[in-house]
Amino acid sequence: MDSGSLQVFMIPVLYCALHDPAAACPTGYTTNKTVSVWGSGGRIELTVAKFMALQKTVQPDWYQSMADGETWQSNTSRKRVRKSVDRTLAHLDECLLEHQKSQELEGVEVFGVVEGGDILEERIRSAKETAKRPVAGFCLDGLQTGCMEQALRTQLITAVTKELPEDKPRLLQGVGRPDEVLACAEAGVDLFESFFPFQVTERGCALCFDYDVSPDPERAGRAPPAVLELEENRETAVVAQQNGDLNLDERTQMTSFEIDLKDKRYQDDFRPLVEGCGCYCCKNHQRAYLHHLLVTNELLAGVLLMIHNTAHYLGFFRALREALAGDKLDLLKRRVLREGGRQTERKD
Amino acid sequence: MSFKKALSAASPLTLRVVAECPVTKARACDLVLPHSAVSTPVFMPVGTQGTLKGITVDQLEGLGCHICLGNTYHLGMRPGPDLIEKANGLHGFMNWKRNLLTDSGGFQMVSLVELSEVTEEGVKFKSPYDGKEILLSPEKSISIQNSLGSDIMMQLDDVVSSTVTGPRVEEAMHRSIRWLDRCIAANKNPDKQNLFAIIQGGLNAELRRTCLDEMTKRDVPGFAIGGLSGGEEKDDFWRMVTLSTDHLPREKPRYLMGVGYAVDLVVCVALGCDMFDCVFPTRTARFGSALVPWGSLQVKQKQYAKDLQPIDPDCKCPTCKRHSRAYLHALFKSDTAAMHHITIHNIAYQLTLMRSVRQSIVEGRFPEFIRTFMKRMFPSRDQYPSWAVDALASVNVTLE
Repeated sequence: MDSGSLQVFMIPVLYCALHDPAAACPTGYTTNKTVSVWGSGGRIELTVAKFMALQKTVQPDWYQSMADGETWQSNTSRKRVRKSVDRTLAHLDECLLEHQKSQELEGVEVFGVVEGGDILEERIRSAKETAKRPVAGFCLDGLQTGCMEQALRTQLITAVTKELPEDKPRLLQGVGRPDEVLACAEAGVDLFESFFPFQVTERGCALCFDYDVSPDPERAGRAPPAVLELEENRETAVVAQQNGDLNLDERTQMTSFEIDLKDKRYQDDFRPLVEGCGCYCCKNHQRAYLHHLLVTNELLAGVLLMIHNTAHYLGFFRALREALAGDKLDLLKRRVLREGGRQTERKD
Repeated sequence: MSFKKALSAASPLTLRVVAECPVTKARACDLVLPHSAVSTPVFMPVGTQGTLKGITVDQLEGLGCHICLGNTYHLGMRPGPDLIEKANGLHGFMNWKRNLLTDSGGFQMVSLVELSEVTEEGVKFKSPYDGKEILLSPEKSISIQNSLGSDIMMQLDDVVSSTVTGPRVEEAMHRSIRWLDRCIAANKNPDKQNLFAIIQGGLNAELRRTCLDEMTKRDVPGFAIGGLSGGEEKDDFWRMVTLSTDHLPREKPRYLMGVGYAVDLVVCVALGCDMFDCVFPTRTARFGSALVPWGSLQVKQKQYAKDLQPIDPDCKCPTCKRHSRAYLHALFKSDTAAMHHITIHNIAYQLTLMRSVRQSIVEGRFPEFIRTFMKRMFPSRDQYPSWAVDALASVNVTLE
């Protein structure tokens, strides 16, 4: 199923999410009328009224309505999942009521939140009901990395998007790893959060997976990233897919899409992070320098890595859009996931 | 034995005195170094480990910095001189296209590590990384600095704390002269890298005079005033500074090491110094302290939580152009970016201060500048530090 082609926004849009996708969220604090968020001062309990008051102050372009998404724990009962769907719909209706009343939110759009845990019927029910409301888009919650196998996630998203209108965007929360992005985009997701490059940066790593499927002869000459270390990383990076509790390791552990610049092998590697990358870091600095900055705990390491990782990630999404438009998704998947044969060895 | 060397036609340093203050001992000069020209008086930010605490070289360039410091001790440890040589020197390694000054490593050895022994050979100490004993000799220090490829290298001096008195000070002063000669002999790149001497002698005028007399006999491209700014009384400090500049040649740059507070900078320019370095502005930024013409502003304080002004409404740095005190106050609670913003502002403050000082010297109104500066910095006349009043009086500037 294709994801719809949305207009590309020329001006940046501010989207207000409920939780920080990069921070683990304590559970057990949601009630029928409230959800909790965590700030620098501790827990803040939000009623719909408080939630809407915040939205009126922030005045984003879009925001997700208040939602109960605590369904990812392994022991979540069917009853609990049902409750999360019901509560979320109730919150949405209250939010919409308040939204329509307030002048400050004129021009601001609301995204309905689809819940349902890992139960297909509940997911479909949530999607159907949410689609009945006058929302501008849909936020798919409770599917974040680490809480279920990708196969189940794909199945649920596919079923959900079937119930959603074609002309409204679908945003998926908490999923950012390139392989998961590819599968979820194929299943109908339009928008993803960009916390993944941040997490890669935090662990001192650099994204370097190849996503170039361009037939353009000028770009074809661009050398692929050095593959050797990637192969080794893939073997050593344990992506433990466990059923049950949110596997936090999966969220913070190094993936096969990146290189660990703290590794000694980069000490005297004078190449850029990714050959041909046009970001500030790759245009100005070398792996050996990044290695030095990380080893000496210098602040500049994070600055430079964030610049590169963000640029690389956005480049990946550009490639994804082009692949979908040009019907080349399979080719892109093979390139990114490196299935079917090795890539060319790095040139010396 | 004469230590005068014939001046090569293409000297890696030329100093042109553009203006001299008719009242004080201040000068405005153009210091031409291999990578670019530097306008003095100049403040040099410190980029200890080949990086300036989160600031990119682009940002540093954008602030108008033409010379910054790298640290021989730290870089000599990690990543080491061999790797940096492979990377085309420190310039290549950090991709800084303008000038670099490296210190000898002597100060860190004394201030940071377990000191084993100072002998005529050099300084023996234990490496903090593997416990091995290392000897930093004049030859070794220059060898590392040659690998780093800095535009200005500092001699290895026998560093003694300014609070120490007695025969050790005299011993260190004489040894520093002998080590200067060894450094000069060890410099592999005299036509690309400038070696500066460091005047020692503690707080003893006689010892300083001796050191000045001897070191100025050597034909080095520049002189630093060392052994100060280490906790001594300010009253003693300024007297040693002015004594030193009295006996240093006019046509060579004078570098006062470790000085960076705004008041100290202005006064010491009046006393005849051209170059300064200090970790203070960049270090204090990381604690949320922003430097302003009226002192400093502690961004983390509650009073700024709702203050929508920039740090300094008159400041033209990127931070003040885009962000408010309230934003920075909030940002400090969640993101290291807050430190970067303040670091940029503080560097901008220091560089702008020096630029204004230079401009006032060029336009012949430096004494007036000093008076305005002091008025802005201190709430009232009786809050002016007495050492500053005395020091300025000694160069004919009276503060009402």
